[in-house]
Amino acid sequence: MTAPARVRRAKADLPAPADRPARRRSAGRLARWDVKFSPYLFVSPYFLLFAAFGAFPMLYTLWVALHDWELVGSRGFVGLANFRMVLTDPQFWNSVWNTAGMFVVATVPQLLLALLLANALNRRMRGQTLLRMGVLAPMVTSVAAVAIVFSQLFSRDFGLVNYVLGWFGVERIDWAAERWSSWLAISVMVDWRWTGYNALIYLAAMQSIPRDLYEAAAIDGASRRRQFWTITLPMLRPTIIFTAIISTIGGFQLFTEPLLFGNGDMAGGSLRQFQTVTMYMFENAFGRFDYGYASAVSWMLFVIILFGSLLNFLWLRRVGGGKA
Amino acid sequence: MPAPHFRRSGAPHGEPPKTSGAHPRPAGRARRRGRLGAGLAAAALVLAAGCGGGGADDGKITLTVDTFSTFGYEELFKQYEAQHPNIRIKHRNVVQLDDYLPRLEKWIAAGRGAGDVVAIEEGILTKFMAQPDRFVNLLDHGAGSLQGNFLDWKWRQALTPDGRYLVGLGTDVGGLAMCYRTDLFAKAGLPTDREKVGELWPTWDAYIATGQRFAAKVKDAKFVDGAVNLYNSMLAQQASQTVGHTYFDPSGKLVAAGNPAVKTAWDTTLKIQRSGLSAGLKSFEPSWGTGLKEARFATIACPSWMLGVIKENAGAAAAGKWDVAAIPGGSGSRGGSFLAVPRGSEHPREAAELAKFLTSPQSQIAAFKARNNLPSSPQALDDPAVKSFRNEYFNNAPVGEIYAGGAKALKPLYLGEDTNPVNQRFEDALLAVEQDKLTPDAAWTKALADAEREAR
Repeated sequence: MTAPARVRRAKADLPAPADRPARRRSAGRLARWDVKFSPYLFVSPYFLLFAAFGAFPMLYTLWVALHDWELVGSRGFVGLANFRMVLTDPQFWNSVWNTAGMFVVATVPQLLLALLLANALNRRMRGQTLLRMGVLAPMVTSVAAVAIVFSQLFSRDFGLVNYVLGWFGVERIDWAAERWSSWLAISVMVDWRWTGYNALIYLAAMQSIPRDLYEAAAIDGASRRRQFWTITLPMLRPTIIFTAIISTIGGFQLFTEPLLFGNGDMAGGSLRQFQTVTMYMFENAFGRFDYGYASAVSWMLFVIILFGSLLNFLWLRRVGGGKA
Repeated sequence: MPAPHFRRSGAPHGEPPKTSGAHPRPAGRARRRGRLGAGLAAAALVLAAGCGGGGADDGKITLTVDTFSTFGYEELFKQYEAQHPNIRIKHRNVVQLDDYLPRLEKWIAAGRGAGDVVAIEEGILTKFMAQPDRFVNLLDHGAGSLQGNFLDWKWRQALTPDGRYLVGLGTDVGGLAMCYRTDLFAKAGLPTDREKVGELWPTWDAYIATGQRFAAKVKDAKFVDGAVNLYNSMLAQQASQTVGHTYFDPSGKLVAAGNPAVKTAWDTTLKIQRSGLSAGLKSFEPSWGTGLKEARFATIACPSWMLGVIKENAGAAAAGKWDVAAIPGGSGSRGGSFLAVPRGSEHPREAAELAKFLTSPQSQIAAFKARNNLPSSPQALDDPAVKSFRNEYFNNAPVGEIYAGGAKALKPLYLGEDTNPVNQRFEDALLAVEQDKLTPDAAWTKALADAEREAR
């Protein structure tokens, strides 16, 4: 934020004619207000929009969560009853378990892969820009398209994956039937889409690491591998924390991929094998039309994400062993 | 029209935070349910909904009609516009019933957003009948004199018990038959003539026996598509032949556990599935459509509206290969819809006129010819054009005779408010058995417990 500094300087440069005290006073007041309020004015559009489209819906959701709120019909105040029910709802905890499971299965390999990819892209090579932009290609594909294509790849009877596995004598797998297989299939979709994005973030961070560190290490005889572990990785720590937190937020809101994997089935499989929390929220809101309960579920999700991000942050900070 | 059509599209309408994978994405368009363009379509719908119902600048009245699946109204709209120069019709169609229902319910609850004329499937009608004043009373618009144009029970389904408020006018009903692939039947050494095929299976046990003969000869195809479609048809059949309701009795009480129709349909379906006759495909899913195209199964339980779905999915290559025979165990009613005018319509009078036109016997005959939606009007059912109608795609089967013949004897089914979600839990449990995840007994217990949860 350099704006205030600049404004202050402008104030110091103001001419101050001594013969017109009244005008000087008003000009001075204006300038003071300018200094005081302009910065707030400049940032206000974001906060106003946030208040309208972020804070208000959130608080309203909380209000709805305290009611027995049906789309058509009753809207009685029930206090915390919805939250009490969520806490003892096995279907809810099943969805939490699925979401956490898919988050781990998807995110851990994804971030590792992104790191390796970024490290590879960070070297000098032909077609550098093309390759760097190439990893971003899955990002610009519509998520629905990705999910549909992958769902077909993982189809039991007509899918390419089972066809190829068949060459190696593997029996046809019903990907949607088992928990592990559905999680795996969905994680592949997620990773396909987001690995390149994370790789680019890491790449940008890597390029801001001073070259002379590597040169000095090279002179001391450190191998490339050694350089990666002792220079690149520690220098990337803040970036890794950033991606981990963003991934937590995104991963816990996983929705489109599992929904389309189940062909739009809000319950996420015959035994809810891959129903995520957002899908459960959606099922309550638009399958059962129980908005109060759905709102309670989404608030629980908010708390879980807050918690998860915090844990992530603390853990990575400790692993890093220093200030983030 | 009924049941969920295959080819669902888009992403959800509700728009929960569209973030997945690792990062909050730049705000996307999107709707649930998959397939491609529907995302855009949905967005367009939402926009359209926002400004629907308004008049046009050239003084014409624009009437918006909301439908799902296929109603076969395209030609009728053109005809109506030609006869009424001051009316313009805007048609909004949602392919999947499951996508359409929540949207419709939102519109009706909010009192705006819905079209001037909306299609209401019978499963959701019960819910709306509890609050008729959200719709225009069609008796106020001269619909009372039309009672004779509809099967009596179809008329009464959309009429309040006191007879003073008519929410909707009937469009179609869903008679049952069995579709089968003649080339696969020939391969199995079974008769292919539709009369003889019907004689193969007077009962479901005979159907199983036929399936076993089929399975002994044909290895690369199964006898039936899957448990879900079979169960739904059988449930409709059993329930309409016996107690007249499925999961909920007319007082709205959940009676899934005690209704013999539910248990019979469940047991028979699983018996067929356990005999190894099922291809294990869930109706209306993409792989079900692929299975149709690839001839992976030989029979499908076939409500009249299913004919259009089969044709659409099996494609031109299968023309003439499917045929229609009688269903084991006798007729039944599965599916069917109504047209209503929501209270929010700005042109209730014109909208009511349009609904009356679209449900007239003549229009029902036209819709039957276009999409094989079985009329709910006795005049239409008796019409020679319907009775003698043959479907070229289905090996020239006399579908008019097959479906219309028994239509007047159809008995109505009472469906409770929460029938759709409860039925989904039963479908899930059946799937779990097909996936070898649950034993039939455990699945039955689970379905009942989940049904309690949905009905809560």
